Amino acid sequence: MDQHLLSIVLFTPLAGLAVLLFIPSGSKNLIRIWANLASLVGFLVSLPLASRFQTGLGFQFTERADWIPSLGAHYAIGIDGISLLLVMLTTLMGFIATLCSWSAIDDRVKEYYAMFLLLQTGMIGVFVSMDFFLFYIFWELVLVPMYFIIGIWGGPRKLYAAIKFFLYTLAGSVLMLLGILTLYFQHYNQFHFYTFEISELMKTSLPMGWQFGSQEWVFWLFFIGFAIKVPMFPFHTWLPDAHVEAPTAGSVILAAVLLKMGTYGFLRFSLPLLPQASADKTIVQILAVLSIIGIIYGALVSLMQADWKKLIAYSSVSHLGFCTLGIFALNPNGIAGSVIQQINHGISTGMLFMVIGVIYERRHTRLISEYGGLAHVMPKFAIIFAIAMLSSAGLPLLNGFVGEFTILQGAFEANRAWAAFAVSGVILGAAYLLWLYQRTMLGQVTNGKNLTLHDMSLREVVMFVPLIAWAIWIGVYPKPYFDILQKPVAQIVERVHPGYYAALPPALPTGERSSLGGGQ
Amino acid sequence: MSEFYNSMDHNSILPAMMLVLFGCAILLFDFWVFPDPRHRKYLLIFVVLGEIFTGYSLYQQSIQLQSGPLTGFHGAVTVDGSALFFNWIFVIAAMLVAIVSYKYLENAGEHHGEYYSLILFAQCGMYFLATGTDLVTLFIGLELMALCFYVMVGFLRSDKRSNEAAIKYLLLGAFSTGFLVYGFSILYGLADSTNLMSIVAAISAKPAWDPVVFLALATTAVGLLFKISAAPFHMWAPDAYEGAPTTVTAYLSVASKAASIAFLLRLFYGPLAPFASTRQVWEPLMSVIAVLTLTLGNLAAINQTNIKRLLAYSSISHAGYMLLGLIAGNDTGINGIMVYVMVYTFMNLGAFLVIVAMRRQGIIGEDLEDLSGLMRKSPGYAVLMLIFMLSLAGIPPTAGFLGKYYIFLALIQTHHYTLAVIATLYVAVAIYYYFKIVRTMFVGEVTEKAPLATSFGMRVALGVTGLMTLAIGIYPQPFLQLALPMVSR
Repeated sequence: MDQHLLSIVLFTPLAGLAVLLFIPSGSKNLIRIWANLASLVGFLVSLPLASRFQTGLGFQFTERADWIPSLGAHYAIGIDGISLLLVMLTTLMGFIATLCSWSAIDDRVKEYYAMFLLLQTGMIGVFVSMDFFLFYIFWELVLVPMYFIIGIWGGPRKLYAAIKFFLYTLAGSVLMLLGILTLYFQHYNQFHFYTFEISELMKTSLPMGWQFGSQEWVFWLFFIGFAIKVPMFPFHTWLPDAHVEAPTAGSVILAAVLLKMGTYGFLRFSLPLLPQASADKTIVQILAVLSIIGIIYGALVSLMQADWKKLIAYSSVSHLGFCTLGIFALNPNGIAGSVIQQINHGISTGMLFMVIGVIYERRHTRLISEYGGLAHVMPKFAIIFAIAMLSSAGLPLLNGFVGEFTILQGAFEANRAWAAFAVSGVILGAAYLLWLYQRTMLGQVTNGKNLTLHDMSLREVVMFVPLIAWAIWIGVYPKPYFDILQKPVAQIVERVHPGYYAALPPALPTGERSSLGGGQ
Repeated sequence: MSEFYNSMDHNSILPAMMLVLFGCAILLFDFWVFPDPRHRKYLLIFVVLGEIFTGYSLYQQSIQLQSGPLTGFHGAVTVDGSALFFNWIFVIAAMLVAIVSYKYLENAGEHHGEYYSLILFAQCGMYFLATGTDLVTLFIGLELMALCFYVMVGFLRSDKRSNEAAIKYLLLGAFSTGFLVYGFSILYGLADSTNLMSIVAAISAKPAWDPVVFLALATTAVGLLFKISAAPFHMWAPDAYEGAPTTVTAYLSVASKAASIAFLLRLFYGPLAPFASTRQVWEPLMSVIAVLTLTLGNLAAINQTNIKRLLAYSSISHAGYMLLGLIAGNDTGINGIMVYVMVYTFMNLGAFLVIVAMRRQGIIGEDLEDLSGLMRKSPGYAVLMLIFMLSLAGIPPTAGFLGKYYIFLALIQTHHYTLAVIATLYVAVAIYYYFKIVRTMFVGEVTEKAPLATSFGMRVALGVTGLMTLAIGIYPQPFLQLALPMVSR
């Protein structure tokens, strides 16, 4: 049982989907119960991953089997600290997103939950694949259900948003495929056998220089694929459309998990497979500048939004800018902070989208001007929104602070100017979030329609509880997270900057450094 | 057995003989035994039997192949691994098209027995396109196939569009064949023989940039590119595809294209290819044509509102991908073409089969709007169509991805990076129009309630194509093993 634990986690949603297909589409409640049960089980079976994960070891729960021998593709899965956190985020958010769809979706319920379960397997697959071919299949598998979730159950401009999302990400991923194939072929040239396994491909040494087939070429192909997914400025334009039009659960999953596929791609593939290109001064400079533009631009645009959901959507651009900045600081603090911030963004932005979902189900508008003084009518809602908002804004003792601080620390070590610019994103972040809270929740009730709103139901509160608990845990005691991340992050840094740790003053061992960074 | 017809000759054309025999049998039985139109579907038994016998003789050939290629009629026919591979494709395509045709033709009011024999005769032409190693054999094969298709495209006699399509196809087809024959005549003049082996010897003795060879190359290529509907020789395809009965469109788009690709490979790749030695001349030209084909096919498909026209343009773009495999020209590229043809057969047939089922008594069902709300009405068909569309677009884990995978890899291996980038970006363009169909099916409202025209044959054919499209995508190993050793032999 234990050696197939990861496969079980991966395919539980798919098994749930298989059973779901046999439930008649008329019995909506049965479908809902089953889908919630399946995703709850999906979360529960993933818990042993966390409890049995051994800090300090490399990839764990690995499984490996030949799949397409003539191509050298394997069914190879396994997780390290980075994957573990993202898998746990995926299974938890998958369950919560399913739960928050209970009353929001009443049309074509069966197809809806079927898409969610398929999506769930695709997302977990992305984070556990140790074979590039397998990874690519899961990467693409995610697109189709998301297209339908936006396109069928979305808002008024859903079709436009759905196809835009699909086209953008697909264009990126086929270019990424070219990069994969270049790497694969170069590996064959050097070792005379075809394989897609990451551990094997890592041995490939690509030529350097700005020509076809070089490390830089592969890097930029990967970059397009991942940057569109993150999304980094200037590839972000699909994001506001997709977020605004998607149903609540779709936005939650999109923000909490799908965007992380891009940052995960940078960490798992770009950096370790193409270390010289990733450490190239020009490339790092370009990526850092794009990240900083993303941070500031996303925050400024958020300030100007009249639509509640669009505001949060643009804030994602800003927050993900921090994540990519941390990655391309290329030091332990930056990268560890980036991973933590990815989890944080999943938690807090997930919560913020759910907050919007709660109010949208009652009022069917997302215009900020329609609201005001809701705290008087819906006190429970106001508290939960406040926690979500503060965790997103990076209030100390909540999760956002830990991530942003560590990233800024890493950025500062890499280049002080980056940190100086990025810090303004924190300030602007606080500004747009607090202003949003003030306009919607505080003061007198300005709109008569809001007087009769009923407060959150038990189900609605319950779905926030695990996220709030997680946010506080990371905020108060992040050490376990930094411990888990220490080894994989060290591997990445050592790969990009060989001898990085040897050059450090011996008084501060690496584990101490990174955990100190988070604890301050 | 005499000097003119020995057992080697016999074995090398056995499958074609089976096809002709059963084709003639259908004509006779149609006339003598089944005068009542309602009984004509029993003629299907002859098609199925014919295909079984053809398949069996192909199997026999594959056993004999183990001791080297099978040559007959003094080198006019050569059965090798790739010829066999293509012939299996023809068998599958002909069989699947035949078993869904009776319902369609009954609904269209044009159910005649000769339809089935035309399918078999066309397949016989394809047999010689795949196995011919002599200009005359190849030409006769091409004409036999084309003539059958001219008739089949115009099979809906009372339908103006069908007639128009047939006459367009006939005129343009004849025109392009003229080019081809002109090229053949020059080749004959160069080598003093119609045998490909002698022509190869004659051409490789000349410099690559010989003007006469170039003229032969150019004129032959025009004829071939017309057949695979590569731009700018694609004009016939959308009209013929739209006007023809949908079952014929399916057959035309899959089997005829596969046969023409086999023909193209015969003349451009391998030891018996006259133009293999002039690669440096045609490679840049073919690259331009491939890019043009991809561009035109993909961009023109975007605005189509008739599904058959849309799929016609999509099949033009698929021809572009197959051409890219030839341009790469290494083993991966040629294997890639084979794999591409194999997956294309299943996914494209499948997509057309769904359109076939849309034709009901009094409903033509070829407009995009006719698919509206299919997911609510017939979820099975809608999900199958989704799989075919994903596969045509090349999204994993469907079979179409595997075809494109090989083409892209071959382009990377041969350092055609620019072509590779262009080819991949058109995948993203293609998804737009394929998903126009998906969107209509899944998001649109039901406009008319009449159930789809289903039949036993339709269910079998859709089951096979759908299953294969998924199976080749998810676990391709056995299919690759089936296809690739045949090719390398």
